[in-house]
Order: sequence, then C-alpha cells, then structure tokens
Amino acid sequence: MEFFTHFGRYLIMLKGMFTKPENTKMYWKEFMRQCVDIGIGSLGIVSIISVFIGAVSAVQTSYQLVSPLIPTETIALIVRDTVILEFSPTLVCIVLAGVIGSKIASELGNMRVSEQIDALEIMGINTKAYLILPKIAAAMLTIPLLVIISMVLGIWGGRLAGVASGIISADAFDRGLLTKFIPYNVTFALIKSYTFAFIITSIPSYYGYYVKGGALEIGRSSTKSVVVSCIMLLFADYVLTQLLLTH
Amino acid sequence: MIEFINIGKQFGENKVLTDVSHVMQTGQCNLIIGTSGSGKTVLQKCLVGLFEPDRGEIFYDGVSFTEMNNQSRKELRQQIGMLFQGSALFDSLTVEQNVMFPLEMFSKMTIGERKIRVNEVLARVNLVDANNKFPSELSGGMKKRVGIARAIVLNPKYLFCDEPNSGLDPQTSLVIDKLIYDITKEFNITTVINTHDMNSVMEIGENILYMYQGKKEWTGNNEEIIFSKNERLNEFIFASKFLQDAKDMRMLEAKGIIADDRDMDEILKNGDKLTN
Repeated sequence: MEFFTHFGRYLIMLKGMFTKPENTKMYWKEFMRQCVDIGIGSLGIVSIISVFIGAVSAVQTSYQLVSPLIPTETIALIVRDTVILEFSPTLVCIVLAGVIGSKIASELGNMRVSEQIDALEIMGINTKAYLILPKIAAAMLTIPLLVIISMVLGIWGGRLAGVASGIISADAFDRGLLTKFIPYNVTFALIKSYTFAFIITSIPSYYGYYVKGGALEIGRSSTKSVVVSCIMLLFADYVLTQLLLTH
Repeated sequence: MIEFINIGKQFGENKVLTDVSHVMQTGQCNLIIGTSGSGKTVLQKCLVGLFEPDRGEIFYDGVSFTEMNNQSRKELRQQIGMLFQGSALFDSLTVEQNVMFPLEMFSKMTIGERKIRVNEVLARVNLVDANNKFPSELSGGMKKRVGIARAIVLNPKYLFCDEPNSGLDPQTSLVIDKLIYDITKEFNITTVINTHDMNSVMEIGENILYMYQGKKEWTGNNEEIIFSKNERLNEFIFASKFLQDAKDMRMLEAKGIIADDRDMDEILKNGDKLTN
C-alpha cells in the first residue's frame, strides 16, 4: 500500500514540474549550474572508474581465454563490448546514483527542512519546476556524455593494461576493436544512460523534496534514495536489455 | 486587509483549527499569539496557502484566496513577503544574491537598478557592508534582517512573520520588532506576526488574536490586553510573578494613579509615602 502512495506522489511530483517558467532566464541559469554540478563535478570519478574497469576487464578476459586457438584480438573485442554494453552505462550510473543521488536528496531535504522551499513557494515560484526539473534535464544531457567519455576511457584503459602487461600488442588490440563492431550497441548504451539519468535524479529529488523532520531524516532519505535508485536502475537495466537486445 | 472566516484544519484525527475568524488590518501589526501547539503556525500557513484549510474562506482585500486558481495565487504571492522562523536564507547565495533573488525572478529591472534596490533595502534594515557575506557568516539578528530585506524588496502589500524573535536576545528582539513596525507604517503593509514573545505583544500588538487549542479565544490590542479578564489569556501572557507586577504597574499608569514618566529614584527615596 505504501508503495502506491509513494508512486502516486512521485508521479504527481513529475507532473507538477511542467508549468510555464516564471522567468526563463533564471531557469536557464539553474539548468547550467546543475550541468556544471552534475557533469563537470562527476567527470573525475567517472574517468578514474572507467580506466580501471577497462583495465580489469582486459586482464580478466585474458585470464579466462586459455585456448591457443582463440586469437588475442578477441580480448579487445570482449573489452569493447562489455564496456559499451554494460560497464559504462550501468556501472558508471550506479556510482553516479551514489554521488549525485545523495547530493540531490540532501540538498533538497535541507532546503525543505530549513523552509527554503516554503520561501520559494511564498514568492510564487513553482518549486518542483525550479528545483527538480533543471536537475533531471541537466542529468539527461550530461550523463550520456559522461557515458560516452567513459566508453572511450574504458577501452583505452583496457588497451593500456593489455599492452603494459604484455597480454596483447597495441596493433592486435586495435584490430580487435574494429572486428564485428555493431554500432547499435552504442545506441543501446545511450538509451540506457538516458533512462538511468532520469532514475538517478528523479528518485532522489522525490525523497529530498518530501522529507519531513530534521538532520537525521535528511540522512535517512538520502540513503534510501540511493538504495531505491540502484534497485530501480538494475531493474530498468534488465527490462531494457530484454526489450532491446533479444530478438 | 486580510479577512478569514471559519477556518478549519485537521491532520488525521487531530483538529488543529476550529472555525477561526478574524480580520487583519492594513497598516497595522496584527499578532497571532498562543502557546505552542495552539495552531498559530498552521493558521499562518493556511493564510499564505502553504496548507489548504479544510473549511472556511480567506479574503485578501475582498478577493477570495480560497477560490483562486493556481495562476492567480502565484500572482498574489508576488505581493506577499514572508520572514521565516529560521530566516530560510538560501545557503549557497550571498546576502546580496539572497535579497536580489525575487527581483531577478519577477522584475524587469536592469542589473544596475537591482543593485541599487538591494542596497536600499539592506540600508533600510540597517545592514551595510554585508552584501558579500554568506548566511553562515551572519548572526541570528543579521539573518532576520536579511530575511526582512528579502521579504520587502518587491514592495509587498502583505508581510508575514513567523516567530521573528525566536532565538534572539531581548535587545535584538526589540530592534527587529521596531523594524517590522516601522516598515508596516512606512509602506502601509498588512503585517501578520506569529509570536509568543511578550515584549512584541506589548510593544507592537495593535491587533492581537489569541488562539487557544485551535480556537479564537480573545482579540484586542496591547492596551486592552492589560485589562483583559480572560483567565486563559492572563495565564499565558502574565505567566510569571514579574510579568504580573509589570501588568499591575501598567494598570496603575493607565488609571493615572502613578505617572508613566515617573522618576524611580524619587519614588524610591520617598518609598514610605507611597506605601502609606
């Protein structure tokens, strides 16, 4: 029963975001601020994670490919596909759910508890539109870009680790990258990243916006928002894979 | 003028407001007083639309607020300023940006004009050289003054203050009270103040609504409150022996038995005469 209450209120919150902005310039300013916060702010962690997941997947793939009949180029092929299909969109978004999600939930929660949201409402501002919509829109613009960067860095990390540890030569890796490349995989990864971007910003926004109580409740709602976001993200991952990758 | 008729509000089984009616006068400091849990904050939130009352009607200068659509409410709210209990300043913005925020959102002023207006209102609340400070760098009294500056920057017709003196020392409280009073008179605003600060009641209470357990218990002004025979009100206002004595003194003054410009040194010197 509680699930339906939350879900209904979540949908009402989303519907409430779509009204005519009081001042387009101010909304644009907020949108750009969120783009910097979410996009540039997460670039460091995304880069580090991506390089390492690429590197680890190259080493682990080589560890499992024990047959001399399988060409070494296959390592590059597997690294490319796992990074594009799963690691970059899913793993990066799970990390971002923690980084961005907790930030959004605690920021909005703090604004709710300290009556800053009420202050905006009293001024005649639609707080859902002004505070939540720019966050979701900014995430949907920047997270797919981060995922693309992550793909490039992940594959580069795999190449670096493969060459450095002598598993595969640079030429063989490059040949492997071009073997049986399916451009649709990138489209699929981008569809996933748009969906995940929406999930990891809208759910924490909901938990932060409707928080009641004090500092303790802000912390709780922040944690809860990350947990729920991650579960929903994995569920969406499964559904999208089932829908878009099975024939 | 803000008029509300038979306002009722309950949360679940808990009745918070029961048929509360009153008129808040223009150009006056209208106080809502009462013990904690008496429903004054809920009443104020109903008046500004943060809560929807279950029953009753609210009129802003004769126009029904309860029947307004969202767009009309948004327009009306641009004529409302509110000072919150915790000031509700935006943490990430400086004092200047906080005060400028409503101007940026709703006015067509140029940057230069906005800066002039911000400096004007900051000077009005006696805050100079604080433009670039963040809320975390301000004292409680300064935060309240920034809150007042932000509330009046768009020249509102209605000013709501929720516990403006909470957490302030008595001297700063008087400064804030005087500031609110002066602004009310200067701009002919309808000011509604939630308080349980007795100094405020006695200093600026021109139209007082005393709430008891969600109901209107007494109305009057700061002169009438001295002579009120309402037991609940007297228990609330003059709770301590000190305040009871102060009330007695004010009654003696009002009846002309002792002069209000009395020289206490003289009285103390001739104390025996007074007791005789």
